[in-house]
Amino acid sequence: MPDISVRGFAGSINSLNPFWLASAPPTNTGEMIIRAFDAGWGGAVWKTIGEPITNVSSRYSATDWNGQRIMGFNNIELISDRSIEVNLREMAEVKKRYPQNAVIASLMVASNRETWHDIVARAEDAGADGLELNFGCPHGMSERGMGSAVGQVPEYAQMITEWVKEKARTPVLVKLTPNISDIRTVARAAKRGGANGLSAINTINSITGIDLDTLVPRPNVDGKSSHGGYCGPAVKPIALNMVQQIMSDAEAALPLSGIGGIGSWRDAAEFILLGCGTVQVCTAVMHYGYRIVEDMAEGLDNWMRAKGYATIEDFRGLSLPRVTEWKHLNLNYKIVARIDEQKCIGCDLCHIACWDGAHQCIHLDRVTGPVDGHVELHPIPVAKETESRLSITETPVTRKEREAAFAQGPYPTPLARIPRVDETECVGCNLCSCVCPVDGCITMVPVDTGLPLETWEERTRGPAFTAQPRS
Amino acid sequence: MSTATLPDNPQLRERFRELKPPLTAQAAVIEADRCLNCYDAPCMGSCPTHIDVPGFIKRIASGNLRGSALRILDANILGSSCARVCPVDVLCEGACVLHRQNRKPIQIALLQRHSMDAFHASGERLPIAPPASRKLRVACIGGGPASLACAAELCREGAEATIFERRPLPGGLNTYGVAEYKLRATDSLREVEMIRQLGVDFCFGESIESATALESLESEFDYIFLGLGLGAMQRLGVPGEDAKGVMNALELISAYKTGHIREMRGTIVVVGAGNTAIDAANAARRLGAETVYLLYRRGEHDMSAFDFEYEHAKQEGVQFFWRRQPVAIRTSEHGRLLLDTVQVQQVDHKLLPIPDSEFTIDCDVVVPAIGQSPLELAIQELCGIAVRDGRIIADLATGQTGNPRYYAGGDCVNGGREVVDAVAGGKRAALAMLKTAEVAHA
Repeated sequence: MPDISVRGFAGSINSLNPFWLASAPPTNTGEMIIRAFDAGWGGAVWKTIGEPITNVSSRYSATDWNGQRIMGFNNIELISDRSIEVNLREMAEVKKRYPQNAVIASLMVASNRETWHDIVARAEDAGADGLELNFGCPHGMSERGMGSAVGQVPEYAQMITEWVKEKARTPVLVKLTPNISDIRTVARAAKRGGANGLSAINTINSITGIDLDTLVPRPNVDGKSSHGGYCGPAVKPIALNMVQQIMSDAEAALPLSGIGGIGSWRDAAEFILLGCGTVQVCTAVMHYGYRIVEDMAEGLDNWMRAKGYATIEDFRGLSLPRVTEWKHLNLNYKIVARIDEQKCIGCDLCHIACWDGAHQCIHLDRVTGPVDGHVELHPIPVAKETESRLSITETPVTRKEREAAFAQGPYPTPLARIPRVDETECVGCNLCSCVCPVDGCITMVPVDTGLPLETWEERTRGPAFTAQPRS
Repeated sequence: MSTATLPDNPQLRERFRELKPPLTAQAAVIEADRCLNCYDAPCMGSCPTHIDVPGFIKRIASGNLRGSALRILDANILGSSCARVCPVDVLCEGACVLHRQNRKPIQIALLQRHSMDAFHASGERLPIAPPASRKLRVACIGGGPASLACAAELCREGAEATIFERRPLPGGLNTYGVAEYKLRATDSLREVEMIRQLGVDFCFGESIESATALESLESEFDYIFLGLGLGAMQRLGVPGEDAKGVMNALELISAYKTGHIREMRGTIVVVGAGNTAIDAANAARRLGAETVYLLYRRGEHDMSAFDFEYEHAKQEGVQFFWRRQPVAIRTSEHGRLLLDTVQVQQVDHKLLPIPDSEFTIDCDVVVPAIGQSPLELAIQELCGIAVRDGRIIADLATGQTGNPRYYAGGDCVNGGREVVDAVAGGKRAALAMLKTAEVAHA
C-alpha cells in the first residue's frame, strides 16, 4: 500500500500527507485548523500573522463560467485581523493536540531586522514546525511595504530571508508572488538568503469583473473596488508553469510547496510531478469545505497504487525532464486527427473549429464525396448553414414518417454529419480533440514522416542561419 | 383596438394547470449552458421554421434575453405557442445530438418559452418596416397559425395584410383547439395581439365562401392567401350520431376553453386515437368525468397519437378499448347514451367484426375524434385551384397555387400537421409574395 506521508520536507517538516491548507481564511483560527486536521489535512499554514489589520466588507468575488461557480476567485482580504498573541496561543494548543500534522506559521511584519527576529522567535516558541515568509500578498499590505512589495524586489527578499535565517531554528519557506516578470529572480534571491524551501504561487493581481448595472467592479466596497488576488482553478496552468520554471533552475530550485488552483488529487499529482514536495489548497476548501481532502488522499493513493509508486518521492519531479524549450522539440514529429465514427454524435464543432480556428481540414463531405486539398476546393461553412435554413422540413406526424426521420445508418449519427479529416492538410494542432464533447472520439494519431528527429536548434545551426555581420 | 379576449376563468386555470411549468431564470441559464452550440445544428434543421436554436439558447446563457426572443420571432412569429404545443420529441429535442451520448436532450421548448415569456412581459414591440412602405396588399383567409404567420411576415416587411376569420376570436386551433394545459387560449390571444401590433388587420365573422365575396377580395387585394385549415370533424357514420350528448372532440375542446363547458360528469367515451382524441379524453378527466374510455378500432401500436401523448393519457386515468368500434348510438329511457360496440379484427386490409363480441357502453357523452374531414371545396370551382384528396395543391417552396394570385399554407395544404408547419407554410408564402411583388414593381 502506498505511503503518502511526507518526511523531512525542507529539512525537518513531517506531515501525514502532502495536502496542506494554504495560509488563508480556512486557517484563520485554531478551531478551524483542528476541524481541518480532523477531516484529514496533513498540514496547515496559519493565516498570516503580523500586526492585526482592519479588513473591508466585501472581500471576495468570483469568475463563473458556463454555469460553473468559481472558475476563478479573487480576494482583497489582508492578513490576520487577530492579535499575534491570540494566534500563537492557539497555535501552541493545536500543535500540542496534533503532533503529527504540520503547522506552519505564515509571517509578515514590517521590514526591520528586530521585528522579524522577534516574530520568528515567538512563532517557534509556539511550536511551529516551520515558517512561511509571506512575500506575496498583492493588495493592501504591499502599499505598506510588505507582502509583494518585498517579493517583487529580489534584494529585499534576500535580505529579509537572511534576517529570518539568523534567528530561525525551523525550516524557512519563502512564499513567492507571481506578479513579477520572472519568478525565478526572487526564488534565486530566497535561495541565496538561505531559505530552506519555497511556496508558489501566491495570488495573481486581478479585477474579476464589473457589475454592468452599477458599473462598479467586484468586489464592491461602498461603490469602489480595488485589485485583488486571483486564485482557484483558473490559475492552475499559470502556477504549474512557474513551478516548472523554479524547479528546472538550479539556482532557484528548493523543496517546493505547490500552490495554485489545486482542488483534487489529480491537480496535486501534477504539481508533485513537476517537483513539489507538498501542495497547498485554499479556494477549493472555501468552495466545498475541508471534506474534499478525503478524495484527494484516496485518489492519490489509488493512482500511486495503479502506477506502482510506493512513496511521494517515487514520482516527484518525473515530468520535469519532459518540459523543455521549444527549440528542442522534434519538428519532424507529426500527428493527425482521427474521428471515431461510432462515437461521433454529429455536433460538428470540430468542423467549425477547424475552419474558423485552425487549418480548414475537417470536412462534411462523407456523403457528397471526399475532396482533399486546399480551402478553395471546399464550400465554406456558412454555405451549408444557408442551405439548411432554406431547406423544407415537415413534422413527421405519421408513424412511418417518424421512423424515416429517426432512421439509423451504419453509425449512430447520420453519415452526412460525421466529419472527415483531410490528413494531408491536418497539422496535428489538437484543436478538434479539445472541442469534441465526446471522450475518445477524436484521437491524435502519430504518422510516420520517415524523417529523423530534428529540432529547430539543429536546423538553424547550419551556416545559412549563422548571423552575418552587417557590412 | 386590441383583439378580443376571453374573460378570466379561475376554475379552468386550476383544472388545466400547465403540464410543463416555466423554468426559473437561473434554471434557464443552467440549461442553456448545457447546449453544445452545434454547427449547423440538427435541432434547427429539424424545425420546420428553422429557428436558430443554439443562437437563441446561447443568448439566454449570456443574458441577452431580448436578442434571444427576436432570434426566435425572426424565424417563427408564433414562437410563444410553438414552445408550448410543438411535439418536440419528434422535432428539435428529438434531433438533439446529446441523445447519442445517452444524455438528456436540451429542453429547447422550455428555453424558447423562457425567452418568449420574457419578451411578452417586457411589453416590447417587434421592430417593423414602415407600414405600407411596399405596394402590396394581401388578404389572408382564416385566422389560424398559417394566416397569422403569413400576415405577420408581410407587415414586418412593410406590406399590408388583412385576416378574415369567421369565428369571433383569432388564432384558429391555437385559440380553440389546443389542450388548455399546453397552451392557454389567453396566451394564444396575447400572441395574436402582438401580431396585430405589427399592423395586421382583422375582420371577424367574415366567411369568404361565395364567388362574390372572393371577387370583391380580388379587386381589393393583390394576392389572396388561403389558410383555411381542415374541414369539420368527421362523422362516425353510425345510427344515432345526432343524439343529444354526442359532441365531437373539437367542439368539446373549444367549448371548455371558451368557458361554455365548465364540468363533465359520469362516463365519457372518446372514439379515435389521434392527438386530438387524447386531448379530448384528458380534458374530460380534468373537467370531472369519473370514467373516460378511449375506443379505437386498431391496436395501441397503430394509434397516430404521439407516444408521449399516449403516456400522458394513461397518467390522466384514461382507459382504453383496443380493436373495438362503435356500431350505433342509442338513447336510454333515462336519457343516457348507449354506445353499441363490436370487437374487430384485421383480415387482409379490412377490419371485420368478430361475431358475438358486441357490448354496449352506458355513458353520458360520446366524443367522435376520428380526424377532420377534407375541406369543403367550393373554393376550387370558384377560383380554379387544384385540390387533391382534400388538399390544396400548392408549390411546397412558395405556397403558390395553380391560380397565381392565390397562395396557400397550413393544414389545407399539408393535410393536417402541426402549428409549426402552418407557420412555416405561411412564412414561405409571404416571402414568395414579397419577392414576386418586388419583381413586378421593379
